[in-house]
Amino acid sequence: MSVGAPRGLASSGQKPIAEILHPLSAAEEPLSPGPDVTEDVGGDKEAVLTNGTPVETSSPASASSLLNRLQLDDDLEADGLDLYVSTETRDLFVTVDDPKKHVSTMETYITYRVSAKTTRIEFDLPEYCVRRRYQDFDWLRIKLEDSQPTHLIPPLPEKFVMKGVVDRFSEEFVETRMKALDKFLKRVADHPVLSFNPHLNAFLTAKDLNKRQGLALLTKVGESVKHVAGGYKLRARPAEFCAMGEYLDTFNQKLGTIDRIAQRIIKEQSEYLTELREYGTLYSSWAASEEELQRPLEGVASSVATCASALEDLSENMSQDCLPVLREYVLYIESMKNVLRKRDQSQAEYEGRLEAAVLRRQEDRTPMPVEVEKCQDRLECFNADLKADWERWQSNKRQDFKQLLTGMADQNINHYEKCQAGWESLITLLQDKQTDDKSGETN
Amino acid sequence: MAENGREELVITDAESEPLAGERSLNIVVVEQGCSLLRRMEICVAEAEKRSGKNAVNMQEMFTVYLIETRPMDAAAEGCNPAPDSLWRRYSEFELLRSYLIVTYPYIVIPPLPEKRAEFVWHKLTADNMDPDFVERRRVGLENFLMRVASHQVLSNDKILYHFLTDEHGWKEVVFETGFQAKADSRLRALSATFRVRNTNKRFMDMKQYSDELQSHTSQLLRARARVADRLYGVFKVHGNYGRVFSEWSAIEREMGDGLQSAGHHMDAYAASIDDILEEEEHYADQLKEYLFYAEALRAVCRKHELTQFELEVSSQDLISKKQQREELATGVVRTFSFKGMTNKLFGQEAPEQREARLKLIEELIAEGEDTVKEKTAECEEHVEKAWVDMQRFAEQKDKDLREALIHYAVMQISMCKKGIQVWSNAKECFLKM
Repeated sequence: MSVGAPRGLASSGQKPIAEILHPLSAAEEPLSPGPDVTEDVGGDKEAVLTNGTPVETSSPASASSLLNRLQLDDDLEADGLDLYVSTETRDLFVTVDDPKKHVSTMETYITYRVSAKTTRIEFDLPEYCVRRRYQDFDWLRIKLEDSQPTHLIPPLPEKFVMKGVVDRFSEEFVETRMKALDKFLKRVADHPVLSFNPHLNAFLTAKDLNKRQGLALLTKVGESVKHVAGGYKLRARPAEFCAMGEYLDTFNQKLGTIDRIAQRIIKEQSEYLTELREYGTLYSSWAASEEELQRPLEGVASSVATCASALEDLSENMSQDCLPVLREYVLYIESMKNVLRKRDQSQAEYEGRLEAAVLRRQEDRTPMPVEVEKCQDRLECFNADLKADWERWQSNKRQDFKQLLTGMADQNINHYEKCQAGWESLITLLQDKQTDDKSGETN
Repeated sequence: MAENGREELVITDAESEPLAGERSLNIVVVEQGCSLLRRMEICVAEAEKRSGKNAVNMQEMFTVYLIETRPMDAAAEGCNPAPDSLWRRYSEFELLRSYLIVTYPYIVIPPLPEKRAEFVWHKLTADNMDPDFVERRRVGLENFLMRVASHQVLSNDKILYHFLTDEHGWKEVVFETGFQAKADSRLRALSATFRVRNTNKRFMDMKQYSDELQSHTSQLLRARARVADRLYGVFKVHGNYGRVFSEWSAIEREMGDGLQSAGHHMDAYAASIDDILEEEEHYADQLKEYLFYAEALRAVCRKHELTQFELEVSSQDLISKKQQREELATGVVRTFSFKGMTNKLFGQEAPEQREARLKLIEELIAEGEDTVKEKTAECEEHVEKAWVDMQRFAEQKDKDLREALIHYAVMQISMCKKGIQVWSNAKECFLKM
């Protein structure tokens, strides 16, 4: 594709979507500069290079991933069994960063830089760097869901935001979404099965995402699930999947409560902060009408101010670190429930066919049709995949919440330490003053 | 304000700093030789609810406070006699204070604790019979007695001594002093708008300062109550974590134990705010005392204005009388007056009449001169004594408030330490998950 080709509209004739360039792939394309566009002009130009050219020349492939190339074949098998990929065996590294705003006459949107480093043979090159927007991630997720119906696909951040409530282009929103997208892609890349999905490969490497092509490639797999929907009634879900369902319901409920508590705390803290600020200024205005007490009162005012800024940091960190994790898990539960539903459908299909076959056999004594056996195989595969994903998810969840909660404790400890330091410095000040006075008296 | 009345009793040496050290913020350095506290231990030991009949014969509940006193000599000699004790109502303390205000207009009379709880955050009740409130008032009343009994002038008052040592007949004695009549006339004079010509800058400044002190402390107290409310909210919402962690732990295997015990720490965190804020009330009471002190300080300044005003009125009166005499003597009417008109219309008075009038005026002038002299002396005395006491007050205030602030900072530090402790405990649990 030629650099700087005029941008086509998505609806324009026969032109495949693949030909529609991201505005960034055209260097001459006038961009309304977002806050960080100018900083990364270099990155922009590199992104324009023809497909497959190593982009991030500055950062060499990590040594560990090179070493891992040797173990690659082993890993392929091991991955399927391992509950989750440890750093040593990881051979695909992805990051989402550097959001940029694009303004055109038709729409305004944000793209993110997606970089990948890998030693896998499926990739022609060790490093790639592309720019993707939210709907590309959405495309990837739909593709993964269609082509890998038996697996748990990590959730994307919510697509729709309430207009007016959230500014879609605010730095804060973009930052949060970027982190969530990064998390999503990392989870996919760490997954022993999903990370080998050709759609992911295309997503990470193709200069222009050929969305239609992806669609044609793997429709078959999706079909099997689609035509099953409805018609059969499930007899009995095996106990372990029942337990999963129950667990998800309860966990969802608890998570909702925790989310509400966290938000409430942040709200209470911000109200407390307002009062605290005012309280602090009252001390300094009092200080103005005192002589002897001026310094002590000013000292209190500054200690209160220290506490206020420590509190502000705490609240900010909490809403940045804590809330997104909770939100991700709320969505994760949804994905998990989806997979469970699909499994039920698969079981229902098998049971329905089996029943029909048994009836027929009683009548004409034909052998069990191959079709039914295939169905059974599929269900068993599904169950196995789901169980593996469940274990992986549980283990991830444990890690994530451990990190989240210890992080929360650390933030609070940090906050109190700052406050304590503020008050201790006041005491030093007051006591110094007192000893000064006393020595002054004796002199 | 006295943390604990018993502690103050240790003070025996007039020159020494209070032995109780930084905690007894209330003790004004006792002047040598004269304070009652040197001779007597005083405390308000306990409070008791009683019911009785009021003026209109209605049943009512009230609280009485037990005042215990013990002569110092006895304690020093080693024999520890049982303290004398008597019961007083809050209204009797009020009466004592009104008496002191009228009798010692040049002294910044220590304030009583508030009659009704003000500037409270929502968790505290405004109920006068609430045990916490009664306890805080007990401490406040004791503090008041300490301050009065350690004051160089006030502590030598006979009525005060009677108040402390003899339960019966005290009210009658107070009323016999006739202080109320004086107080009433003063109040009337105060309510009248008056303007002083020759203001004393020091008193003007002090009056302005008392206004500032009052507005700053009241604003601060109000803000503190709001801050306390919010802080309470922040802590209590954390308590919900305790519940949800414990419920969540029921469905987890590996994480269960850690969550469960972290939940207990969150409960403890939420509960810790009650003690923290209760302790902070003590600080609020210290500020409140100075809020009320501001009023007492202003009263002294107002009294200065009043005496100054009275002096100016009487000297003005004297001047006009002298002028009248001059007119009468010379027959020259300087200013246009009704009298001048009548004189012109009806002719001069008879000489006898004039003599009589002149004599009367001479008498009035002599009287007026005495009044002016008296008022001048009163005014000067007030200025002098009030200045001394205001200086004493300023010193006491600086010392008290500085220590209150230090205490406040110590309190905040201990709150931070508690917070760090709880969160570290919780972190331990989280790490085990």
